[in-house]
Amino acid sequence: AKTKESVFKKLSRAVAGKSKVDEDILDELEEILISSDVGVDTTVRIIERIEKRVEEDKFLGTAELNRILKEEISALLQENNKGEYDTWELPKSDYPYVIMVVGVNGVGKTTTIGKLAHQFKQSGRKVMLGAADTFRAAAVQQLHIWADRVQVPIVDQGMGADPASVAFETLTKAKQEGIDVVIIDTAGRLHNKINLMNELSKIKRVMDRVIPDAPHEILLVLDGSTGQNAFEQAKQFTLATEVNALAITKLDGTAKGGVVIGVSDQFKIPVKYIGIGEAMTDLQVFNRDEFVDSLFN
Amino acid sequence: MFENLNERLERSFQLLKGHGKITEINVAETLKDVRRALLDADVNFKIAKSFTATVKEKALGQNVLTSLKPNQLMVKIVHDELAELMGGENVDIDIKGNPAVILIAGLQGSGKTTFSGKLAHLLKTKRSKNPLLVAGDVYRPAAIDQLHVLGEQIGVPVYSDKDNKNPVKIAEAAIKEAKAKGYDLVIVDTAGRLAVDEEMMKEIEAVKKAIKPSEILFVVDSMTGQDAVNTAKEFNDRLDFDGVVLTKLDGDTRGGAALSIRSVVDKPIKFVGTGEKMEALDVFHPSRMADRILGMGDIVSLVERA
Ligand SMILES: Nc1nc2c(ncn2[C@@H]2O[C@H](COP(=O)(O)OP(=O)(O)OP(=O)(O)O)[C@@H](O)[C@H]2O)c(=O)[nH]1
Ligand SMILES: Nc1nc2c(ncn2[C@@H]2O[C@H](COP(=O)(O)OP(=O)(O)OP(=O)(O)O)[C@@H](O)[C@H]2O)c(=O)[nH]1
Ligand SMILES: [Mg+2]
Ligand SMILES: [Mg+2]
Repeated sequence: AKTKESVFKKLSRAVAGKSKVDEDILDELEEILISSDVGVDTTVRIIERIEKRVEEDKFLGTAELNRILKEEISALLQENNKGEYDTWELPKSDYPYVIMVVGVNGVGKTTTIGKLAHQFKQSGRKVMLGAADTFRAAAVQQLHIWADRVQVPIVDQGMGADPASVAFETLTKAKQEGIDVVIIDTAGRLHNKINLMNELSKIKRVMDRVIPDAPHEILLVLDGSTGQNAFEQAKQFTLATEVNALAITKLDGTAKGGVVIGVSDQFKIPVKYIGIGEAMTDLQVFNRDEFVDSLFN
Repeated sequence: MFENLNERLERSFQLLKGHGKITEINVAETLKDVRRALLDADVNFKIAKSFTATVKEKALGQNVLTSLKPNQLMVKIVHDELAELMGGENVDIDIKGNPAVILIAGLQGSGKTTFSGKLAHLLKTKRSKNPLLVAGDVYRPAAIDQLHVLGEQIGVPVYSDKDNKNPVKIAEAAIKEAKAKGYDLVIVDTAGRLAVDEEMMKEIEAVKKAIKPSEILFVVDSMTGQDAVNTAKEFNDRLDFDGVVLTKLDGDTRGGAALSIRSVVDKPIKFVGTGEKMEALDVFHPSRMADRILGMGDIVSLVERA
C-alpha cells in the first residue's frame, strides 16, 4: 500500500541529523517525483537545481529544503503562469472571446467545456457552445446535456456534419447575438493521426474568417493520469493548432499529473485549469503553489 | 524523445560489445539506460528498479553458458525478461454460461463503452454469439445514447432504462430479459469511477454480487502513467477481475503501464484496443508489447546488424 506520509515528512526524516542533503535524500526525492509522473528529464533538472542551491547555501536544514524544493519546482511553472490567469476574468479583447478545446480521446474535453461554460456564466458572461465533435457516438447529445444543465445556447449540425462548418456557424451566430465567450468542442483524436490533426488545423483556420484572431485560446486538455506520452500530445497538438493553454483533468484521483510541469516548461504553455470531478462546479483555476503542494501529499 | 532513447540504448548495448564478458562494471551504464527507458515508457518506478536488478543478476549468471557476445546477450535477456513479465500464452475469456455475463469496469474515459461495443461485435461475428449490451452507466451525460449508437452500428440490441438510476437493478433486469429472449451473452457497461470513490466502488461490487459475471474485464488507457499500479490494484482488490483490456494502442505511447499492471495484479491482458471503430480490437501479444515498451524491435535489429 502507498504510504500517506507526505514527502516533507519523509524528507525530514532523511534529513534529520544530517547537515547536508545527501544521496539518500535525493534518491527519496527522485522516487517521489518519478512516481508523480514528473518524468526523468524534469526530475533530473529539479534535483540539479536543488544540488546547486545546496552548494550555494552550504548548510541546509529541513525547513530550508522544503522551501527550496517548492521554489525550484514552482520556478519551472512560473514563467508560464505569471498570475494573470488566477481568476475567471477574460482577457480584454473584442468579444466574442473564442476558446477551442482539443486533446486525445477521453481526456475530459466535453466535460471541461460544460464546467467552463458554468464558470463564465456565473461570472455574468454570455456563453455559447459549438458541437464540433460530430464523430464520437452521441458526442452532440452529450454536449447538449451540458448546455441544458448550464443553460447556455448551443449550435449543432447533428452527427456526421463537417466540424469546420459547425465552428463557422457557431462563431457567426455568436457575433450576431453579442455573445461574450464561445467554446468549441472537438472530437478526441490521437496526435499521431495526421489526417485528424490536419482536420483540426482546418477547423481553426475557418474561425479566423468570422472573427479575426479567433480562436483566441486553444486549450489542450490533458488527462491527469497520463504519463510521459503527454509530451508527444503537447508537441503534436501545438504543431497543428498553436495550443496556448493547458487544462489538466481527473486530479480528484490518486494520479498527480506531474507530467504537466515538464510539458508547461518545455512548450512554454501556461496551465490554466484543473478538473477535480465530474460535476459542473469541479473546475478550478490552476494554482501553482497548491499544485506543487499536492505532489507531495 | 523515443528515437533518442533507442539510440542511447543501442549505444550502451554497443559499448558492451567490445568486452569479453559482462561484469558488474561494464554493465552498469547499460542497466542505467534500460531503467531510464522503462521510466520513460511509464513503467512503475519500483518495478523498473526490480526489473533491472533481475536483468543484472541473469546477465552476470549466464555469462559463461553462452556463446553470444555480451551486447547480444544483454538484449536477449532484457527482451526475454520483459516478454516473460508480460505473460505467456493468451488467455481466453469465459463465455460458457447461458447467458454468459461479462462486466466491464475502469476509470473515466478509459474506453469501456467503446470496448463493450467492440467485444459484442467480435463475439457475434467470430464466435457466433447472440449478445445483449447493457447500459449500466446512469451518470455520464449521454452514456446510454452512446451505447445505443454503437449497438446500432454493429446490429446488437441494447438494454437500457432511462428511468432507473440503479445500476444493480438495471443489470439484473437485463439478465432476466436475456434469458427470456434467448440472448446467450450479456455485456454490462458501467460508469467510469475512481478507485478512491468509495461509494462508486461499492456500487460496482454490488453489481458484481448481483449478476455473478463469468468474466470481469478491467479497461485501462495505455497512456496511463505511474498511477496505473494504484488503480489496477484497487480495482483488483475490490472486484478480483479476470483480465485487462489495454486501449488506445493506436497512439504512440510505449505503454509501460501494461508491464506495471501485469506485475502488480498478475492478471492476463486479454485484449487491446487499436482505434475508435468497432473492428479495432486485437488479442494481446505479450512479446509485441515487450518490444513496444523498450522499442526492442528496433534495438534487436540494430544489434543484430552490428
Ligand atoms: N473524476 C473525474 N472525471 C472526469 C473529469 N473530467 C472529465 N471526467 C470524466 O471523464 C470521462 C470522459 O470525459 P469527456 O468530457 O467525455 O472526455 P472527452 O475528452 O470529451 O472525450 P472524447 O470526446 O470521447 O474524446 C467522463 O466520464 C467524464 O465525466 C475530472 O476532472 N474528474
Ligand atoms: N484511438 C482510440 N480511441 C479509443 C479507443 N478506445 C476508445 N477510444 C475513444 O476514447 C474515448 C473514450 O471512450 P469511451 O468508450 O467513451 O470511454 P469510457 O470508459 O466508456 O468513458 P466513461 O464512460 O466516460 O468513463 C472515445 O473518444 C473513444 O472513441 C482506442 O482503442 N483507440
Ligand atoms: Mg468529447
Ligand atoms: Mg462509458
